[in-house]
Amino acid sequence: MTLAPHAPAPPAAARTWTRVCAYADLLPERGAAALVLGRQIALFRTFDGEVFAVGNRDPFSGAYVMSRGIVGSRGAEPVVAAPMHKQVFSLVTGVCLDDPMAALPVYPVRVAGGVVEIDIATAGEVSAA
Amino acid sequence: MKIVVAGYGPAAHRFADTLTGRGFAGTLTVIGEEPRHAYDRVALTSHLSGPPGTVDLTYPEITGIGAIRLGDRVTAIDRAGRAVTTAAGHREPYDVLVLATGSAPFVPPVPGAGRAFVYRTIDDLDAIRAASAGATSGVVIGGGLLGLEAADALRGLGLATHVVEMAGWLMPRQVDEGGGAVLRGHIERLGLTVHTGVGLDRIEDDRVVLADGTEIPADVVVFSAGVRPRDELARECGLAVGPRGGVVVDEGMRTSDPAIYAIGECALAGGAVYGLVAPCFTMAEVAARRVLGEDVAFTGADTSTKLKLLGVDVASFGRLSGALDVTYMDPVGGVYKKLFVSDDARTLLGGICVGDATPYTMLRPLVGRELTASPSDLLFAGAGAAMTGADFPDDAQVCSCNNVTRGEIGKAVSDLGVTDVAGVKKCTRAGTSCGSCVPTLAAILAAEGVTLSKALCEHFDHSRPELFDIVRVRGITTFSQLIAEHGRGRGCDICKPVIASILASLGGGHVLEGEQAALQDTNDHFLANIQKNGTYSVVPRIPGGEITPEKLIVIGEVARDFGLYTKITGGQRIDLFGARVEQLPKIWRRLVDAGFESGHAYGKALRTVKSCVGSTWCRYGVQDSVGMAIALELRYRGLRSPHKIKSAVSGCARECAEARSKDFGIIATDNGWNLYVGGNGGFKPRHADLLASDLSDEALVRTIDRFLMFYIRTADRLQRTAAWVEGIGLDYLREVIIDDSLGICADLDEAMARHVEGYFDEWRATIDDPDKMRRFVSFVNAPDVPDPSIVFETERDQIKPVLVEVSRS
Repeated sequence: MTLAPHAPAPPAAARTWTRVCAYADLLPERGAAALVLGRQIALFRTFDGEVFAVGNRDPFSGAYVMSRGIVGSRGAEPVVAAPMHKQVFSLVTGVCLDDPMAALPVYPVRVAGGVVEIDIATAGEVSAA
Repeated sequence: MKIVVAGYGPAAHRFADTLTGRGFAGTLTVIGEEPRHAYDRVALTSHLSGPPGTVDLTYPEITGIGAIRLGDRVTAIDRAGRAVTTAAGHREPYDVLVLATGSAPFVPPVPGAGRAFVYRTIDDLDAIRAASAGATSGVVIGGGLLGLEAADALRGLGLATHVVEMAGWLMPRQVDEGGGAVLRGHIERLGLTVHTGVGLDRIEDDRVVLADGTEIPADVVVFSAGVRPRDELARECGLAVGPRGGVVVDEGMRTSDPAIYAIGECALAGGAVYGLVAPCFTMAEVAARRVLGEDVAFTGADTSTKLKLLGVDVASFGRLSGALDVTYMDPVGGVYKKLFVSDDARTLLGGICVGDATPYTMLRPLVGRELTASPSDLLFAGAGAAMTGADFPDDAQVCSCNNVTRGEIGKAVSDLGVTDVAGVKKCTRAGTSCGSCVPTLAAILAAEGVTLSKALCEHFDHSRPELFDIVRVRGITTFSQLIAEHGRGRGCDICKPVIASILASLGGGHVLEGEQAALQDTNDHFLANIQKNGTYSVVPRIPGGEITPEKLIVIGEVARDFGLYTKITGGQRIDLFGARVEQLPKIWRRLVDAGFESGHAYGKALRTVKSCVGSTWCRYGVQDSVGMAIALELRYRGLRSPHKIKSAVSGCARECAEARSKDFGIIATDNGWNLYVGGNGGFKPRHADLLASDLSDEALVRTIDRFLMFYIRTADRLQRTAAWVEGIGLDYLREVIIDDSLGICADLDEAMARHVEGYFDEWRATIDDPDKMRRFVSFVNAPDVPDPSIVFETERDQIKPVLVEVSRS
């Protein structure tokens, strides 16, 4: 699937939110892996409290380890570095900033009543193609 | 095309290497008479610097283009039939024949010469070493470059050594009388005896007798009285040879027979025979490229030399005479510098340096050019002060070993975007042989407007040592405070682990405490080493490699119960592979209960202190290496540093623990311990340098304390001690940590004392803390479900990860 970054999202009412974990389970500037409907998701909580959800599979190594990367910023972009070989990915678009041909799927995510929920159905995999 | 090379020394090796590097498609047969592959003859003396078999001078092997036949020799050339015959009876046809037969040491026809040695091959040196066993005195005939090398070798073998030079002073081809006198002073201070202006009369059974009647006791006699080109093959088959020897070649290295080339020391090019390695390499490259059809020429060579002989810098360049000269002589300090200039004192012609070769690097490229400062300024203010990289004209040769000009380096910057010395080396080969031009390369980069940024990453403009000082002096304890006050953004995978390491080195408590946990790379975050399929490996500490049977059994049981792959590491420990994150605490509960603690294999920290079995068991051991290794490993365990730190302790000079390949290595002596620092295995191996000798236990520990703390404070990110020691220099290191020239030793000592006192086992503290345990789950919403992507198969009765298909969908 190829979607532009921030493609027009389906209306909020059309989304299917799946509860994943308590917001408090996420540590600031660190990731956590989640298993949602059989898919591996990497959740991140950034310094300012925002939550991001991307695929947990590192496209370069093939291992499911993205949640264990170091969270930080490149310019104004919140990013995570793959723990295997340190390629840096945008948490907003999923695109690899060091090799834009590679990308992680990104998932809509929200915090409702202290609970982190994601919309697993509308993964946007951003591709340069 | 079939090429045959007669001889397999440095020139032949470079010839073959150039052919392969340029895609030669024919076959090549190299016939070498020595029973070994080509080796670095320039470094020959170092063959004797270690025990037999420990110093390897062999050049990289050349593969893929035919045969190398060792221990055979070409005995005749059949020019009409285009074939050579060899001592072993082979007949080898050729389309092109290359003579690279080198030269032979000249042995003067004096009585008793038969019992003297020469100094040319590894076999010669082995014979000298054998003859020196039990001997007490040695004489070297010849006080040139090679003669002094030989004298150094004899001195190293423990002989009372004399040098006899027929000319009026030492190294007459490189330096003048004044330089020779200063050099003599250096050499006599080392305990050698020098005789000049006198020849040899005869050699007797236990002595040599000089022409003036002087008798010198001599168990071992070495001739180093010049060399003669080995041109017999060429003579016998009718090729043109020079009146004083050497196969005559044109500027394409071709002999009087167009199918035969000659290169290296056997060739007479432009009326000269060259004995230095750089021109021989150039000849080899020219011949190889001619064979491949390129239009290149050998038009003579720069015979400048810069070397360190018996610890003394000796250098000369350009012409060693001139209308005017400026001389600086300091017999007390042992320094002699002389520049030759044109009669208007405006053009540099050449120079000589003894005891201080700094003018060489900067001034040699300026030979034949107008000076930008007065000759005395160049000598006294230091060449570096008077010159910048911009002063070099484009056609000035900067690297004489690889013939690279100033202009080519400028081009690497402007056209190829090179931004550092490493890039220049890679693109141009400048600075990759003797390295003496590396400071010039840096100056040229600066002149080209390249600024070498010290910024750690986009978040900090400071280098790691600067950040260390900021954190230490200001007492900063969190990354957030540091980046808010001294950086920008929210950090990255470069700066966060660096700051985490700095905070840990300064006693920041547990690496997973509070905000620090978020800074850690995945290895430090899970206190284990990530492997290719996302599982981790576990390395319990086994100090000094000593372990009880009970503990070995526990490791075996843990590995069996958790289905882990086990392998013995190079650091005398056991690595357990294939643990999932949620298994790590369970594994460590078992290990901690059995008395194990973290081995810090995952950290930029002290890894292991290897040891040999030492004097407790070994019949050769002179000290208890195991006991010392354990004490050191326990003292420095958990010490976070800019990169990993490895160590080893050997119980005697046989060095079974391989201590000289370590960041700090200790070798026992009869009187205590020798401490070596800055060793490395890995990508760029380096032998550690001797920092201090015959230390007591207490002095050893104190010196290592300071070495490590000074390294931790001042090294760059991911800089191993090898590069750090090379950067600051061994002398400076000694001044700081032994002579306390900066007055910081008490501070370093105290910092280490704090580390030792503050140590606790990271893994025990982790499994005892429910908050730190929260991270050890497979999935935040399904903590007991194992990661379904982790799959193993079996190989040699153990697990092995099933490789995941990597696709970039």
